[in-house]
Amino acid sequence: MSTNIPALRLTSITKRFGPLTANDTISFDVNQGEVIALLGENGAGKTTLMNILFGHYVADEGSVEVFGQTLPPGDPKAALAAGVGMVHQHFTLADNMTVLDNIALGTQSLFRPRLDRAAAKAKIAGLAQDFGLSVKPDALVADLSVGERQRVEILKALYRDARVLILDEPTAVLTPTETDALFKTLKLLVAKGLSIIFISHKLHEVMAASDRVLVLRAGKLSGERRTVDTNRRELAELMVGREITPPAVPAVPRGRVLFELSGVSTVRQAHGTPLKQANLILHGGQITGVAGVSGNGQAALAGLVAGTETPSAGTVTVNGNAISGWSPRAALAAGIARVPEDRHSQGAVADMSVMENVIAEHYRDARFSRSGLLDWAAARKFTQSIIEDYNVKCPSPDARIRLLSGGNMQKLILGRALDPDPSVILANQPSRGLDVGAVAYVHQKLLEARSRGAAILLISEDLEELLALSDRIVVISEGHLSRPSARGELTVRQIGEMMAGHEAA
Amino acid sequence: MRLEPKPASSLAASILYPLGALLATFVIAGLLVMAAGANPISVFGLVLKGAAGSQFAILETLTRATPLIFTGLAVAVAFRAKLWNIGAEAQLYIGATVTVILGTGALPLPAIVLIPLLMLAALLCGALLLAGPAWLKIRFGVDEVVTTLLLNFIVLLFVSMLLEGVLKDPMSLGWPQSAKVITEAQLPRIIAGKRLHYGFVIAVALAIALWFVMKKTVLGYEMRAVGHNAGAARFLGMPVNGIVMKTALLSGGIAALGGFSEVAGLKGNLTLDLSPGFGYTGIVVAMLAMLNPIGVIFSAIFVAGIFVGAAAMSRAAGVPSYIADVIVATSLLTMVTAIMLSRYRIRWR
Repeated sequence: MSTNIPALRLTSITKRFGPLTANDTISFDVNQGEVIALLGENGAGKTTLMNILFGHYVADEGSVEVFGQTLPPGDPKAALAAGVGMVHQHFTLADNMTVLDNIALGTQSLFRPRLDRAAAKAKIAGLAQDFGLSVKPDALVADLSVGERQRVEILKALYRDARVLILDEPTAVLTPTETDALFKTLKLLVAKGLSIIFISHKLHEVMAASDRVLVLRAGKLSGERRTVDTNRRELAELMVGREITPPAVPAVPRGRVLFELSGVSTVRQAHGTPLKQANLILHGGQITGVAGVSGNGQAALAGLVAGTETPSAGTVTVNGNAISGWSPRAALAAGIARVPEDRHSQGAVADMSVMENVIAEHYRDARFSRSGLLDWAAARKFTQSIIEDYNVKCPSPDARIRLLSGGNMQKLILGRALDPDPSVILANQPSRGLDVGAVAYVHQKLLEARSRGAAILLISEDLEELLALSDRIVVISEGHLSRPSARGELTVRQIGEMMAGHEAA
Repeated sequence: MRLEPKPASSLAASILYPLGALLATFVIAGLLVMAAGANPISVFGLVLKGAAGSQFAILETLTRATPLIFTGLAVAVAFRAKLWNIGAEAQLYIGATVTVILGTGALPLPAIVLIPLLMLAALLCGALLLAGPAWLKIRFGVDEVVTTLLLNFIVLLFVSMLLEGVLKDPMSLGWPQSAKVITEAQLPRIIAGKRLHYGFVIAVALAIALWFVMKKTVLGYEMRAVGHNAGAARFLGMPVNGIVMKTALLSGGIAALGGFSEVAGLKGNLTLDLSPGFGYTGIVVAMLAMLNPIGVIFSAIFVAGIFVGAAAMSRAAGVPSYIADVIVATSLLTMVTAIMLSRYRIRWR
């Protein structure tokens, strides 16, 4: 019975990285015409598993079968030939080439003198028609929006006759509307008999888009449910291994204005969109959430608060004083705490010790140095107090901070930023890449600082996080900041439309 | 083949890996010695005897190590902050040139005043010489590897011009060499009648001082942070450009002191063969020491010993003394490999 052959079968896949077992005897089948959601926290082993499936990694044990054929390990070409297609979280497109060229790239022999563009174009048009993936084949990829680029990636896989499509966190960069469109496409694809594995850690998407859910926890398959038979609560528990409760947000009186942007623009940097005529007021005792699709000016906004960016027009006021000579050092001196977006490239010097990192923002203070000499005894004492107060798991203050997990590193950065008590806090993607326990801890600390009267700017791509914590939400789109709206004033859908660049009706 | 980081390196590993590197070096060099038709064991025995087999040999090795400690420290300090100073050779020559300009009678001062003054002058000129490339790097992003390397040739030709012109000793019978520095400008010998001079003591003291700077001071901390991750250092509020400039001034100054020490302690005058590449060898010395200032003392003595020992061996065994270059170069490669292996595990497949 040929219909009983699964599209994809994984048999006891195990992969170890040194002492860490990233995948522990994982087995499952994916049937034809089925959407499987692979759910798990960051670090649960989802990406490792998909990399094994696609041949980027070689499993220590176990095998992968596609339509009954065992794939040779470590050979992405064989996986492609067998009909496995992958859409990576970070797109793998050449910006300076057209959509057509990107899709056809690598599908023809290098020795063919020229690409048969007409045939390629016809095939792409057919695929686009069938699956609702409208793209302009002659447009440059650089000119496409993120949602369009993702469609190109999916087309690229379909063009190679993929029968099994793997999507790694496909919604991370999409607005809610684009996400809906993607889910419609997925339904069309499975209707044609394709199988889809869709990796996510967002429960509502998993519930909306999948037929079956596989939950990974700490490298093991911790549960398998038909989507209709389960609910978000049960999946969350399977994912985390215990019950989780949303943070309680206490009522805090609104304080005075601690930070203000008025008519601020920035110059375009190498990365991202500059701010255009942005106005923003941060009050003490309030968390102001910034929603937006990544790359719409969040970096410039965060840089203005952190001191790495200076305004080209408009004024920035901190604690009632208009800034001049703005720099990271000036921001620190003004009492601004910074939790940067990227822990590894900005928040910490990975190859230095925990202790050296903890004093990195304040080593010039009299408590850590006198006449050019560092007081390592004082630094050690301070570091130990942060390690204890913030519950950081680390071997010693002398350990290289690189050895710490993301959550522990973030706790140290938070501990460093919140001491001494800051008046303004920049929290840029503070929970990105953290497990649920660490996320809850970070949220609790931010709420505690709010209760102490700090003004907090929370920039996040996670709408649920923003809605749970923020007193007010502003939406950033193409460098423009929207008017702030109070908690509960806007629905997720309305925020989504504003993220896509439409003013709320 | 893949590299996977090891969680932490043990003390035993940190001793065994360098020893393994040394062993590998002598195995590889031994093959070459055999190719030259000699017995490696006896050749290496002769090298060891020539480097440390007598009081004369030891003093000769330490004398040779002295300029290498200076240039090694200059490179170690700069590399720690990821400032790639390849120009220690030029800075050394500038230090030596300033020493002869001011030390040949222009300043009739007692030694107790003149020597510190000459050191200060050499330090300043070396610092200024590296300040240029550092400024270009900070201001325009010009690669300092290129600028410092090319400055070596510019400075050497400049010195050549001086030695054929204004600095030429009229009594030199036409040789391109300067006059000798006056007695008050000379560093005394540690043992009367031997070549080892107080430049060695200054070099060791400087190494200890730099170790202290790197470990205990704000500047050393900033230099390490900038070297590891300049982007993070900038975000964390460190004045990265200023730190790079301070590093350059320090590094250039130290290398120039090496030039002062060679002239005032050993040679007495300036010639174009004052340094047989001490500036370049300083890079090897610093890397062998893993950029640790105290380690530089030992790696400089090791490298100097190989060169001194190989010269003696060559006379006795007939194997070319170029084997010293091979040993030093191979030791650098094996040491770098050992450092990598102590941090990463190789996984096949």
